[in-house]
Parts: sequence; structure tokens; C-alpha cells
Amino acid sequence: MELLRFATAGSVDDGKSTLIGRLLLDTKQIFEDQLEAVERTSRDRGFDYTNLALLTDGLRAEREQGITIDVAYRYFATPRRKFIIADTPGHTQYTRNMVTGASTADLALVLIDARKGVLEQSRRHAVIASLLQVKHLVLCVNKLDLVDFDQERFEEICAEFTDFAAKLDVDDLSFIPISALHGDNVTSHSPNTPWYEGATLLHHLEHVYIASDRNLIDPRFPVQLVIRPMSNDHHDYRGYAGQVSGGIFRPGDEVMVLPSGFKTTVAGIDAFGGPIEEAMPPMSVTIRLDDQLDISRGDLLCRPNNAPTSTQDIDAQICWFNPERGLQPGNQYALKHTTRNVRCRVQELLYRLDVNTLSRDDSCSSLTLNEIGRVKLRTTQPLFVDEYRRNRNTGSFILIDESSNETVAAGMVISTD
Amino acid sequence: MHTQLSHLAALEAESIHIFREVAAEFERPVLLFSGGKDSIVMLRLAEKAFWPARVPFPVMHVDTGHNYPEVLDYRDRRVAELGIRLEIASVQESIDKGRAVEETGPRASRNRLQTVTLLDAIQEHQFDAVFGGGRRDEEKARAKERVFSFRDEFGQWDPKNQRPELWNLYNGRHRKGEHIRVFPISNWTELDVWQYIADEEMEVPSIYYAHRRRVFRRDGMWLAESPFVTLLPDEEVNEITVRYRTVGDMSCTGAVESPASTPEEIIVEVAASRVTERGATRADDKFTEAAMEDRKKEGYF
Repeated sequence: MELLRFATAGSVDDGKSTLIGRLLLDTKQIFEDQLEAVERTSRDRGFDYTNLALLTDGLRAEREQGITIDVAYRYFATPRRKFIIADTPGHTQYTRNMVTGASTADLALVLIDARKGVLEQSRRHAVIASLLQVKHLVLCVNKLDLVDFDQERFEEICAEFTDFAAKLDVDDLSFIPISALHGDNVTSHSPNTPWYEGATLLHHLEHVYIASDRNLIDPRFPVQLVIRPMSNDHHDYRGYAGQVSGGIFRPGDEVMVLPSGFKTTVAGIDAFGGPIEEAMPPMSVTIRLDDQLDISRGDLLCRPNNAPTSTQDIDAQICWFNPERGLQPGNQYALKHTTRNVRCRVQELLYRLDVNTLSRDDSCSSLTLNEIGRVKLRTTQPLFVDEYRRNRNTGSFILIDESSNETVAAGMVISTD
Repeated sequence: MHTQLSHLAALEAESIHIFREVAAEFERPVLLFSGGKDSIVMLRLAEKAFWPARVPFPVMHVDTGHNYPEVLDYRDRRVAELGIRLEIASVQESIDKGRAVEETGPRASRNRLQTVTLLDAIQEHQFDAVFGGGRRDEEKARAKERVFSFRDEFGQWDPKNQRPELWNLYNGRHRKGEHIRVFPISNWTELDVWQYIADEEMEVPSIYYAHRRRVFRRDGMWLAESPFVTLLPDEEVNEITVRYRTVGDMSCTGAVESPASTPEEIIVEVAASRVTERGATRADDKFTEAAMEDRKKEGYF
């Protein structure tokens, strides 16, 4: 059984919570005690129907205010796949939450209300999914029952969105006409849409091909820690533990160590209890090398003829998260990239990106909460980076405010020239 | 060449990565180990993360004194097998020292008192990272908690002010006196835990499997007859075949009627179950809609 992680995004009232509730209910993931609690609360609040959204509102403040504040993670499984949903709220802190949810997602699901069509928010969600390199985008045209399951209306929305998506970096775009409330085309084909011959939403989620989304081309292994048992049984053992961030490693492979540039070969790859034949993303393994080299956390193993760019000058897209202080040129932050912790200074703010129109404002002097912009950073030590669109692991980083220890920004490397 | 990992292999890889990040970036981590199934899986993952070296941190049991003997026995054997240090933080000691006040009445439980004991122990040992076996599928407040969950100097969780958590980049920065709760199996479900136990052929305490036990009905659950609970007038003790889905304080953890006696049978049962494990077996979560959130804010697991 494979794992598929997807992020959902939608505007207020477009039925996102209902859709998630429907998926969980129809795949039998909602339990009687949960449903009872939600039914009881719905009655107590005087609702006419059971509000499935209450299933996903976890915090007291959310229930009190009737809004979703934070990213919530949901789980369900079918015999084919296990799913992790990052359920991101559509309003407060929308960009921050959407970026967070999309950072680990294989697929993004965007909801559109068939009556309202493609709104600014729908476009924004698609832009963020594209910026975060979520390869598969599914547009659910919801509430189709309220437009009499009109094929023309559905196609109109598809056409409008397709025009817009042409400007984005999306490999795979699908459209599904649904009614989350009544379950049309969610887990089974709807008799109300005989004109729709595509997959149901669940079928699509179960079958979308994600195996080639990982980078299996460029071997990258950031060293997390050095394993030295210093025990009688493993007296001379020295292994480098980490999670494979790209490519495939096998015993006998020639590797290069950064930053030193030393070359050696892989003596063996260990997982718990013994050696394995190959390691690929996202496996956590321990690599032994033929030569005794000085290697520590933050170093990286790659191939002599296929190495990431080693640089102190980072050209990146940044999403700013901090509500109190903005990002300005000259500011300094701690930066975490793979297993490397360095400091950096903002050299230049090139432009702010309008996520609704994709236009660039190059007159801006700072980035504030939820804003996305392109910056040039100078780091205290070299980082070993790939372009984010080539490798999400070696192309991403976070910025941390050293006075508050808050995570203040997410960064994606644009170019390594 | 088969390049697609199974969902359990992917979850395992993520968890091991988290264990290693903590070992690399913190001074004094500790793993909370109760002998319950989640902490058993946690300890196995820790074992794997550092193999062939030993697990490089101690484990700690917050002991309410209301334990199942089978679980304590398991705990001690497992700790000895791995050659790691076990710290015991005792709720009884907190009560004796006047740090916590025993609840009274037939529904008295030491569940909530554990928070005081846990926070005192964290401070005493200056632990800066505390691994917990919490999973996001367990409960609504947990569904929103980060893998690296920041706690202030009072051990409190502020759900509205959590650090954004992206990719596999975790921010564990904190000042002296503050700490980070770390939940490596956040993305696992109850079913995943049992599948892993089955795949790995791991031993778990015998009370997870069907056995005969003297129990009585309270709040829709089967509670065990024990010196730690007082029966109410209309409560009657019967011996039936039960097993435990969760293991906590004896006074507030219920058993379920079940004939399941192997991990495989439990998987079938859990997959078909229509009630969550906490709904079925934990009185502590039944008080209010926000019971878990409130306890977590105070510093609970």
C-alpha cells in the first residue's frame, strides 16, 4: 500500500469541510463516537443538519468562532492507498497555512463553488500549489447540484481555469464535477452527470501516478549524524545516518563529500539489523564509506559528476510568516537547510509577487505576513543547493528569527547560477 | 527495481529522521515510555534510528502508581534488553511532597496529576526534548499539533501560536528552561501501529490481547476491579473476556470485549471498529469537548 499526501484548500463556504467529511464517511473513517459528538453539537447549536465541518475543527477557539485556524491532519485508507490530508483553512493566515500544507503534499485539491466560478482565492490556491511544486492539481467543481448538474457550466469553469493554469508550473491538472453534500462523483459515479466520463475523486486519488515525482536522478545524502557505537561488537563501525534526499545510492558507488570534495566509495548501506542493496528517497539509512574521512553533520554525499551547487549566495522565493516584524534588506536570520544550520543576511529584495495576478512589484521595500517575494541571501557558510523545482529537499529552507526562535519564513531556491 | 515504498516504510523513514534530528540538535532528550503500544513502537524506531549504536538517551515512565503489573514487567524487561536507563517519575512522590493533591470520590483519577509530575521531572533533569507517542488521529486537538511542539518555561502549549512546520525541516530552538515535545509518530494511525507490531513481530504486554478479567461497567466502558477504584452502589463486577486498546492509569482506562489474541486478529478488529480508541476506552477524554486541549495546554503529554 502506497502513501499519498494531499493538501486541500478552498474559500469560506465552498464545502471543503463537507467534502473531507464525505471522504472520511464514505471510506468508513468516521467513527460512531465522533459522529455522535458532532450530531450532538449540531443539535445543541440549533443547526438543521449535521455539520460535518465540526469534525475537523479541533481547537476551542475554532469551535467558538466557527472558523478553522490551523492546518489539521486527517487520515484515511482504502485497500489501495493510505492518505494523509493536510486540511488548510481558507481565510486567516491562508498563505502561511497553505504553504505549510503544500510543502509535503503530492497533490493539491482546490474547491470551486459551481455557482461562483473561479474566484481570486481559487487562483491563489493554485498559484501556491504551483510555487510549492505540488505536481498534481485537482480542481473539484463543487455544489453542482445547485446548478442542476449543468455540463455547460462545468465546462465553462474548466476552460476559465485552464487558461489561468497555463501561466503556472503544473504538470497534471484534473477537473471533477462533484456535490460533496450529496456525494456525487466523490466515491461513486453520479447518475446526475451522465456526460462526465472521468474518474470519481476517490478513484483519482487512488490511482494518480506519483512514483516518478521524487528525484531518483541526482544522488543527495545530507549527513544527519555520525553513528559510532563504540561497543565491543561494533568496535570500528562508523556510519553516516541520514534520509536520502535524491537519487539512488548503492554499495560500490563512487561518492563525493561536500564541502571537502574528497572522493570515496560506498562500502555498504545499513538499515536496522543489516545491509541493504540500495537506498532512495525518502529512506532513512546509514551509509558506510571505504575511507576514513572527516565527515560530520551538515556535510553531504553526492556523485563526483553530479553535485549540487555549493554557494553562499542564495536566490530564492520566500514566503513570510511573521505578523510582528517584516523582512527587510539587511536583516539577519538563522537558516536551516537540509541538516545544515547557518546564518544569513538579506542582501536584496527583488520583488513581491502578487499571488492573485502573478504580477511583480519591484518597488516594495519589505515583505509582511503572508507575502511572497524573491530575495537574495548571503550565508555565513556555503549551502549545497539544487533548484527547488528539481529537488524539494535540497531546494528548500526555513528562516528563524534568532531573538524569538520563531520560524519566520519558508524559502525555495529559484536559481543556482 | 522497485522504487515505491510501502506506506509503513515511508512512515518509518519519517519517524527515524525525526529521532535523529533530535539526537543531533538537543543536549538532553528523553523518551516517555509507559509500556503502552505507541511507546513500544517509538522505542523500536529509536532502536532502528541509531543501530548498531545504542539508543543515545534515557527513557522515562511517569508512574501513577495505578499500573497493570503485566505492563510494568514488560517495561523493565525491554529496558534491560536495550541497556538503556529508565527514569521513573512518580505521581505518589508528587503527592507526598505536596506538589499534587489526590482527587477524592469514586471517580478519582491520577491522570491529571501526571502533568505536575512530568513537568517537575523535566525541570529536575533539565530535559530539553521530550519524545511522546501522541498521534494526530487520536484526538482533535492532537490533529493540529506540530511534530516539534514548543513548550514555554511553564511547560504550556499555546495552540494558537505554533511554529509553522514545513518539509522535513524542524525548528527545535528554545531558551533555557523551555523545551520541545517531539511526536515522531504523529502521522501514524492506530491501524498503522498494529500493522507495524505485526510486521516487526514485536512483543506487547499481554493485556492487549484477549484475557479473562473481573470488570464492571461505568460510563459505557469496562473498568477493571482494582484497589484503585471504589465501586458505586449500582455497579456490579463480572468476569468476561476483554482486551485493552490503550494502556493508561488503571482508574480511567477501559477494556473492550474482544476475543482477539494475535496482532493479526487485532488488525481485523481495529479495521472494522466503529469507535475510536479514546472514545472506547478513556474516561479522561469524555469530560468535555476540549478535555484533551485543556490538559495539553497545562503541559500534559
